[in-house]
Formats: sequence, structure tokens, C-alpha cells
Amino acid sequence: MVLYLAKRLLEMIPTLLGITLISFFIIHLAPGKPTDILTELNPKITPEARERLEKIYGLDKPVIVQYGLWLKRIVRLDFGESFSTDRRPVMEKIWDRKQPLLDRRLFITFMLNLLSMVIIFLVAIPIGITSATHQNTLYDRITTTGVFIGFAMPSFWLALLLMMLFGVYLDLLPISGLKSMNYDSLSVAGRIWDRLSHLILPVFVSSFGGLAGLSRYMRSNMLEVIRQDYVTVARAKGLPENEVIYRHAFRNALLPIITLLGLSVPGLIGGSVIFENIFGIPGMGQLFYMSVMTRDYTMIMGILTIGAILTLLGNLLADLGYMLADPRIRTK
Amino acid sequence: MSSFGKMPSFSLPFTMGKYRTVFFLALFLIIALSPSCKDRPKAVNSTGLENSTGEPAYGDSLIEGTIGEPSILIPMLAGDSASHSVAGLIFNGLVKYDTDLSVIGDLAESWDISPDGLVITFHLRKGVKWADGVEFTADDVMFGYKTIIDEKTPTAYSEDFRQVKKAEVLDRHTFRVTYEKPFAPALTSWGNLAILPGHLLEGKDITKSDLGRNPVGMGPYRLRKWAAGQELVLDSYHDYFEGRPYIDHYIYRVIPDSATMFLELQAGGIDMMGLTPIQYTKQTNTVFFRKNFQKFRYPTFAYTHMAFNLRHPFFKDKRVRQAIGYAIDKSEIVDVVLFGLGTPATGPYVPNTWPYNPDVKKYEYNPEKAKQLLKEAGWEDTDGDGILDKDGNPFKFTILTNMGNTLRKNTATIIQWRLEKIGIKVDIRALEWSAFINNFIDKKRFEAVLLGWSIGLDPDQYDIWHSSKTKEKEFNFISYSNPEVDELLEKGRRTFDIEERKKAYFRIQEILADELPYIFLYVPDATPIVHARFKGIKPSPIGISYNLPKWYVPEKLQRHRMEP
Repeated sequence: MVLYLAKRLLEMIPTLLGITLISFFIIHLAPGKPTDILTELNPKITPEARERLEKIYGLDKPVIVQYGLWLKRIVRLDFGESFSTDRRPVMEKIWDRKQPLLDRRLFITFMLNLLSMVIIFLVAIPIGITSATHQNTLYDRITTTGVFIGFAMPSFWLALLLMMLFGVYLDLLPISGLKSMNYDSLSVAGRIWDRLSHLILPVFVSSFGGLAGLSRYMRSNMLEVIRQDYVTVARAKGLPENEVIYRHAFRNALLPIITLLGLSVPGLIGGSVIFENIFGIPGMGQLFYMSVMTRDYTMIMGILTIGAILTLLGNLLADLGYMLADPRIRTK
Repeated sequence: MSSFGKMPSFSLPFTMGKYRTVFFLALFLIIALSPSCKDRPKAVNSTGLENSTGEPAYGDSLIEGTIGEPSILIPMLAGDSASHSVAGLIFNGLVKYDTDLSVIGDLAESWDISPDGLVITFHLRKGVKWADGVEFTADDVMFGYKTIIDEKTPTAYSEDFRQVKKAEVLDRHTFRVTYEKPFAPALTSWGNLAILPGHLLEGKDITKSDLGRNPVGMGPYRLRKWAAGQELVLDSYHDYFEGRPYIDHYIYRVIPDSATMFLELQAGGIDMMGLTPIQYTKQTNTVFFRKNFQKFRYPTFAYTHMAFNLRHPFFKDKRVRQAIGYAIDKSEIVDVVLFGLGTPATGPYVPNTWPYNPDVKKYEYNPEKAKQLLKEAGWEDTDGDGILDKDGNPFKFTILTNMGNTLRKNTATIIQWRLEKIGIKVDIRALEWSAFINNFIDKKRFEAVLLGWSIGLDPDQYDIWHSSKTKEKEFNFISYSNPEVDELLEKGRRTFDIEERKKAYFRIQEILADELPYIFLYVPDATPIVHARFKGIKPSPIGISYNLPKWYVPEKLQRHRMEP
């Protein structure tokens, strides 16, 4: 087991190197430079000034040399300084130690995604199971239509409608942001409610859209499992239907979900740009989008590297989860 | 074996689950039945809001919504307008523009310009203190100057200051600069240099300094808190040299989506924002908005144009460019694209400013004349396919523009339709900004582009029209060349005499209107909206926020109280 783990972890190193190398070259291939924000269509800039700026950012060196320099820093876990005009360290922009935990970008995105993931799992799995056991009934059709509506509805549109309803007309919930203007003057309970009320709409919208995938997946797994011989056996020996479904069939139908769980690990830190923009949530999606638009190379590379590491770890975790859950895989 | 094959079809489109049906029905009903926000209980003190003037009083907060977050509050290092707009409340320059576009003192009390225009001596205000209590002196100005021309400072704004031959501190409150040649934009350039606290930065690397996020200035406001991606909270500076601002807190709230921002405006989450044309003309045209908000409208210092690549064989001929000028109806574009919130442009200056020449050749919409001019230039539809041709080449070209700007895209579409009527086939291509600039503009790989210029308040446009500025990355990317214009541009930037300058720029506009290297399309209006409780706003050609420290909320209308 330990040997297997060590082998897997070692294998990750060349993969990671490959990912960063390719990403680094691709972003440098895209037209534009980080200095564009200062120089493009600015009539007050001369070619000399442009060269000066590029030299300051180290952009005058060949790309491979720039990659070498970046790699040299990254092995010491130094993600470098952002190329945007504020020149702050990349890590500080992702995880600002000077800010309270609740205001750090990575934490905000992580918390939101985790909340909606938990809700998706809590709602989608029962929907999937029950619609499989009640296949082709009215209930099945209703839930299917419901989750597909959630899936098909553009999230920005639903978000705006809900904001209008709850924020403007009913005046029950805040529209955007993470906390109110008077947050600092609230009591502890008031602060908790303030934070929570800002989360209700975003979490609802993102989980509503995510129900379809998991519930359909669960439904088809379950349908497959309840046709297996051992389920027939369980029924034949006279077990109550609930026990058959939730003890014998459910566990087996859950196996493929482990893969989904593993694959959603990197998704926990990657935010969605549209979604974050609509709700005015300062998360990772916004940061990544802005850094791509301004060709902030160090920032892009920082986020990509963290994402790549998490994807690889997520895969590893999924495999380990399989081993724990399924004795057949363990023995191989 | 998935069950997708057996999946029930959507035969019951309206049975979405009991609760959801109820929920959505309610949602749609509420939205459908409320054509406008009527008097909602939340509208604070709405009775008599628009009429009561009240005495100026200290207090309350102004919350402005912004799409972009500032990146750094040291103006010389910043490239985005959000940074400049917040930093403008914290830092000052030596001079600034008055509402009539004349130059008045900011940190400089007065100044002398030598008769030959080469030496400017600034007499600085005395007794002004930085927010940390240290006195402001000429050394701070010297420090700012030295920093901006420093090779190691990553700034895009140093060019004006590289024209300076010598800068000296004569005494604690006198600063003198000497130029090689007379340079008309020199005086106003000292308004763009935000003076930094030399005593805090001396000997430090400005890019590593904490000042960009914790600025210390002398302006009307000082930064108290910056929550990344959310808001910047500024407190009024009680010792501001022009007097304590009335509004105690200015909050710059980041809301990246303009539809969300508009909802926040209705819900009371923000007090001020810039409206889109449709929001200005339609969505705010309700009782609720008239009662609770005040709208403003004034031309921006910018214009949108279609530029021709003058090296392209189609557009070398002046008559072809003029024909296109006659074939486009500018007022139609203003009406349709901007909902009337703009002015047709006739040249590269904003109407009603001193360099603007109202009497140049205007191209009234006249398709017949356009066809005639094209015929003179040899363009005729000989093969009867509806597209003009000459020597077997059909008149087809592509307008390039940048992606994400709907106004420009719509403008291009109208032009496409109008030109089709006179037999010119136009394609439109929208490109991502960096790719557009680097691969097409800089390489001169385009036929026509639809772009906008933001223009400074000084009329010097040497870099855009002078024939020496046609190299890669320079701004005369259309390769315009006219010896008379070159000479006039040179003349205009070498004299301080406003009448002389006016003559030069008037003549330039006449030539440009005749030769038409650009089709000057429109000057868009800025359309901000501010909550009605704010009084003392005086609209002017330079906008509304120039006198922000003088805005106030009468005591009984004050709304936000913040614990210090």
C-alpha cells in the first residue's frame, strides 16, 4: 500500500512538469503581454518606454529561459509576484493572510463550492434512487423534468430573476456581495445571519443547476444494480424492499460516485466567472479570468499549477476510495 | 445500460413538481405584474426628496458602484480607470482643470511661465499637511518627478516629463522646471503627476512599497479599508486644504455585473452608478426613479470612429472615403445604438470645447452623392451582382472591432447595412482585444477598424496624426500623412498662446474633414445617476464628480451612519 502510494506520488512529478511546461508555452503564445494594460493605445508611450517596461517584467528573455526562472522559484514553493500593476505576491492574492479567513479568495470559492456540492449530493442522490425505484411513474417524470430545467436554465438568468424577486420586490435577501455595509456594527448572531443570507441565492442557483448530472447518474446506476441477480436473491429470501434497496443495492450503486467525488476536488477551488460576476463574489473565477485577460502570466501559472496538483491528487484519492470500497479492486 | 432511451419524454411540460410550479408561477406573476417599481416601503424619506434643499451638513456615506476593482492606488503605476478614479480622491497634482477647461491651481497656488515658454515656476501652497501630519514641500514634487522618470519605475506616463531639461527646488515652496523646447501640454502635465509622500518613499523601491494599498495623500479622502474584490471604504480627511468634505464616507463597491448593479441601485445597496443607454432612457423612466434619483448627462472626452487603412488600394482614393462618409447616417447611429445619448462627431474633438471647430465639412446622409463619387472613382456594378466593382475586383471589405463592446458591434452592423445599399459588401469581425491590437492593428493587417479614442483635455494629438508616428505600435496606424497637418501639429504643441493653438487645431479639423482618414462617428454621453438626497452637484463639461467634497446630504435626509 505504502509502496503503491509512493509510486503514484512519484509518477505525479513528471506529469505536473509536463502540464506546467505546456501551460507556460500556451499562455505565452497568446497574443499580448502583461504590459499591454499600460501601453496599448496609450499615445503617451514611446518604443523605449515599452522596452523599459518589458525589461522590468523580464519579458525580454526567451520563453524557455523565463520558464526556467519560473520553475526555479516554484520548486521552492515561491509563486512569484503578480504581473498586474499591483505587483503583489501571487499567493497573497489567492490567500491573503492579512484579511480575515472569510474574506480570502480561495476560502470564499472553496466554501461556496463545498456548500453547493454537499447540497447537490444530499438532494440528488435521494432523487436518483427514488426515481429509479419508481421508474416511469409520474414522480419519476416530475423529478426528471425538474432537474433538467435546472440544468438547462442559464444560471445568470435564474440568478437575476431571483435577485429581482427576493432582493428588490420582496426585500428579503441581499442582492450581491458577501456581507452588508453595516456588517461591522452587527452583533455576532447578526453577523452570522448576514453572511448566511448572502449565501442563500448563490448556493441555491449553483446547486439547482448541478442536480441533473448526479441524479441522472445515480438513477441509471441504481437501475442497473436492481436488475442484478443478488438483488433478486435478496428479494427472494424475503427481505423487506427498503432493506433490499438501501442495504444491498444502494452501496453498489454508490461505487461510481466515488470517481465523481474525486474529480470534483479541483472544481472546489475553481470558481465560475459568470456566476461570481453576477453575484459580485470575489472568488477564484474572477481572479483567473482577470489574470487571463491582462496576461498576468505568474498569476495564471500559479492558479493552473494549484489546479493541476489538486486534479492529480483528486484522481489518486478516487483510486484510493475505490480500493477502500471495493475488495475486488484492492486485491489487484 | 443507461435508461436514457426509456427516459420519459417532456410530454408534461407544465408538471414540474408541485412546489416548483407554485414557486415559478409566483415568480413570473410578480415580475409580470410589476411593470415598474412603485413606491416601495424601502424608499427612504422619499417625500419631498427632490424639492427640499436643506442646509449643507456633515455626515452620511456615498456608495458608488463600479464594474472594475482598482489594482493599485499609486497613480503613476496604475493602468486602469478604477484605480485612477479612487486615487484621484486621495492624491493631488500641482494644477487641475476648472469646469470651463481652464487650468487652475491644486497644490500649486500660482505659477509663472517665462515669455519664451521654456521655464515654469510653481509657487506651492503653504501649510498643507500629508495625512500623517508631515508638511508638504517642494521636495515631494521633486521626488515625484524623479520617480516617474526613473528607469526602474514601471510607468506609462513618463513621456511628458522626459521633455523636462532641468528641475530644481528653489526653496521649500517653489519648484521650477525648464524645457528644451516650448511644450504646450507641459503645464497640464503637472496636473497628471500625482504628488507622492517623498518622506515615506525616499530610498525605497516604489513597486514593493505598501503605499499602493495603504496610500497616504493630501486629498479630500483617505483610505480606511480595502476588502479585495468587494469594496474600498474612504473616510473624509478633516484637514483637507480646501475644507472638510461634507460626506463622511465614500465607498467604492465592486459589482462586476451591470445588471446586478442596477438591481442594487433599486434596492438601496448603492447610491451612484453609470447607466447604460437603455437604463438611462427606458428602465429609469419610472415614478420610483424620478422621485428617488437624479440623472445627469454630459459628453465624455472620447469619440468612436471608423478608421481606414490608407495603404489599402480601395481607400487610397479620397473620393471613396468621402462616399462612405455620405453613405453613413451618423444621427441614425446615435439614435439607434446610443438611444440618442450622444452627439454625431465631426472631428477628433468634443463639441463645445475650445479646440472644437463647428464649421467643418459635414457629411449629411446622401446615398446618391455617395454613388456618384464612387462612380467618379471608377467603381461601378458592371456584372450586375449588386456589388460595385473596379478592374474585376468587387468592393468588399472587413470592419474589425474588439470583442465584448456591444455598442461598437451594433454601430458596425448599421454601417454594414447602409453600405450594402450603395453596393459595398462589408463583413464584421470582432476580435479579442490583445489579438486585435497585436496581430492586426500593429501589423497594419486591416482594411477598416471601428475603435474609440479617449482624448485628453489638452488638444495635442501629435501621436495620432503626425506622419512620423506610423511605425509598429505607434498610433498613426492608418498611415495618414499630410505635410500641412504635420506642420500645424508641431505649431500647436510649441506655443502657449491659446488663440494661436486654436487656429492650428481649427485648420487641422478642416483638413481632416475633407480628407476623411477616419469617419468620425459619435461622441457618447456619460450618464451617471445619483440618489436624490445628495445635494450640491453641479454638472459641468468635465462631469459631476470634480466637486465631490462639496456634495452634501441635508441632516434629515441622512441615511447611512457608520461607526468609526
